[in-house]
Amino acid sequence: MKTNQWQHRNTNPSNLPLTLQGTLKALATIIALCAVMMLGACHKKTAPPPPPPPPPSVPAPTASISVSPDTVQKGQTSTLNWQTSGATDVSIDGIGAVQASGSQQVSPADSTTYHLVAKGAGGTQEATTRLTVTQPPQPMQATSSPSDEDLFGHSVKDIYFEYDKSDIRPDQQASMQSDVSFLSQHPNINFTVEGHCDDRGSTEYNLALGDQRASSVRTALTSAGISASRIKTISYGKEKPFCMEDNEACWQQNRRGHFVYQK
Amino acid sequence: MRWERFVAPSRRVCKRMEDRNANARRNHSQAPRPAPSALRLGAFAFLTFLAFLAIPAGAQDWVRTGSGLGVEKVRLAVPDFKASTGDPQNTALLKTFNDTLWNDLDNSGVVELVSKSFYPLQVPSQPAEVTFGVWNSPPPNAAMLAFGNLAVAAGKVTVQAWLYDVKNTASPQVLGKQYADAATEDAARVIAHKFADEIIFRLGGGIPGIAESKIFFVSDRSGHKEIWMMDYDGSNQRELTRLGSISLSPRISPDGSRLAFSSLTKSGWEVLMYSVDLDRVVNFPRFGGTNLSPAWSPDGSKLALSSSRGGRSEIYLSDASGGDFHPLTTGRGPDVSPAWNRKTGAQIAFVSGRTGLPQIYSMEADGTNEQRLTDQGYAVSPNWSPNGQFLTLAWIRKYGPGEPGASDIYLMDVASKQWVQLTHDGGRNDFPSWAPDGRHIVFQSSRSGKEEIWMMLADGSKLHQLTFTGRNSQPNWSWK
Repeated sequence: MKTNQWQHRNTNPSNLPLTLQGTLKALATIIALCAVMMLGACHKKTAPPPPPPPPPSVPAPTASISVSPDTVQKGQTSTLNWQTSGATDVSIDGIGAVQASGSQQVSPADSTTYHLVAKGAGGTQEATTRLTVTQPPQPMQATSSPSDEDLFGHSVKDIYFEYDKSDIRPDQQASMQSDVSFLSQHPNINFTVEGHCDDRGSTEYNLALGDQRASSVRTALTSAGISASRIKTISYGKEKPFCMEDNEACWQQNRRGHFVYQK
Repeated sequence: MRWERFVAPSRRVCKRMEDRNANARRNHSQAPRPAPSALRLGAFAFLTFLAFLAIPAGAQDWVRTGSGLGVEKVRLAVPDFKASTGDPQNTALLKTFNDTLWNDLDNSGVVELVSKSFYPLQVPSQPAEVTFGVWNSPPPNAAMLAFGNLAVAAGKVTVQAWLYDVKNTASPQVLGKQYADAATEDAARVIAHKFADEIIFRLGGGIPGIAESKIFFVSDRSGHKEIWMMDYDGSNQRELTRLGSISLSPRISPDGSRLAFSSLTKSGWEVLMYSVDLDRVVNFPRFGGTNLSPAWSPDGSKLALSSSRGGRSEIYLSDASGGDFHPLTTGRGPDVSPAWNRKTGAQIAFVSGRTGLPQIYSMEADGTNEQRLTDQGYAVSPNWSPNGQFLTLAWIRKYGPGEPGASDIYLMDVASKQWVQLTHDGGRNDFPSWAPDGRHIVFQSSRSGKEEIWMMLADGSKLHQLTFTGRNSQPNWSWK
């Protein structure tokens, strides 16, 4: 213990100057850095100020332009309105020279930015406005009508299940009804209902559970009038998961009756 | 109840040890120079505590799985066999032979192998070279000595092997065997298996060894889930089916000639039949619906399986060729994974979700007298022990929101419904399958990070991994 104390006393004084030196060095570095930074800042300030603008003898022209409505479907027209003052020469890009103020109907094929330039003795003034042109929706009966398969893919909703359950829960009834109405409107479509499970359970039991899920969906469809001959069922258990993570959101994705279009 | 009675004393012992530790801590706070004595006391208490901890594990033999029966295992010394010719192939075959023999005996659960570090420098390869006094007294202190030699000549391998009772110097020979085969690694391995089985049969209460048994399993390593097989020690893994679909639940027939499994076909999940002799899938009727988890009756004349051809998944029975197909359970929930009582063939255990989470049930083989065996949680994958007394199963005892719920392997005494847990805290464990000796269980586990096949003694000890490539699951041990 005595030896330790002696060493303790002895080492401390020799350590102190070292620490002090270090601090001083650090301080010096910081001061130097600050100086450099201030010099840099001063240099910017010494740049010559821009020359003051000459006093205007004639007032500058004014200009404004607007379009109403500012969004149209392709083929429809919109009205362009503009006002200028103090300008001798007014033009709009794409239209050409125009009156000092006025309006004009436009019907561009695509979205257009109208750029007005008003030149006068007092200078030049510019103004812009933009007209957005949207494409009209494709008519349903157009030549490129989507196939049954695409319609099926877009319209038919999968049915999701509770953990370890195969009955169709209340919040899935809306999906079920929309599926029924689509499938009864398209009686030519045959399809498969795949039963899937999340990966927590055992392989064999999950295959039986998936089978039961697919069956419940089929039963719900047939009792709503969909012909059983159009429906195939298959269980995938936990063999073909949609999602591979270990959390409830993912497990829910995997507990479903999945509709597959049959070619 | 008897099992619980057993556990209780060890808990009391633990409590006593905790008290002793607490005393040690109190001493520590009061004593002026406490460190060395408290440390010594603490260390002593800790070691004693460990010793007591070890008791329950070993004493699981109380359930009489056959692993470690006879209380004191025979101390067996197995010095490496020696080469008796100078053939260059000797070295490789000797290593295969010695490693295989050692592993077989080490995994058998019936002998205690004497560590090689206790062996004398001169080990025998012929009976004349055995010095009894060196082996039957410490340090080896062996009761039995297995030794011999291996020779390669003209493309043939010959092994001479002996088992000596070194305490009985007057007539020591228990076994004297000579084996000959083509000089290949496989042959060396098979010879080692055969000799190991002879030793285990003699020293393990007359129960045949399993060194030549096979394990069938599912592997995805070729891109699809196919049926594979391997030797019981994980060597010789090979692919049996190449269907390019999903094949599951392999179950080998009792005579080892046919393998039933379920596979996703164009018409849905069907039971398919693979002939081991013909090395191809052979005809078997398609039942329609989802057909899963076939199980052979112990006489090989019937198959139980799960079929949803009548709507819900139920347990069905058919004869071995798929005829006389009829349901055993009726209409109350998904029923899967039947398992026959392998001794009597009179009961079938199965899994049912009729009350919610899956539970294990049993029934007579004609479908009568259904009984629920598990009381709670998520219980699946029953498999009946060869002596008909036990079921192994995969069980998540505590299941539900907020429960971490690991799936572990359990052993249940069917008559009393008493159970013990065999695996602990090691990922998801499922699909236990008994070895024909009733001492070993193979199962799938994700404890290494992905699903692989593992093996253990039926008391949960000697746990080791058999597969390492791809994902491997649903092991099924051959019947002999």
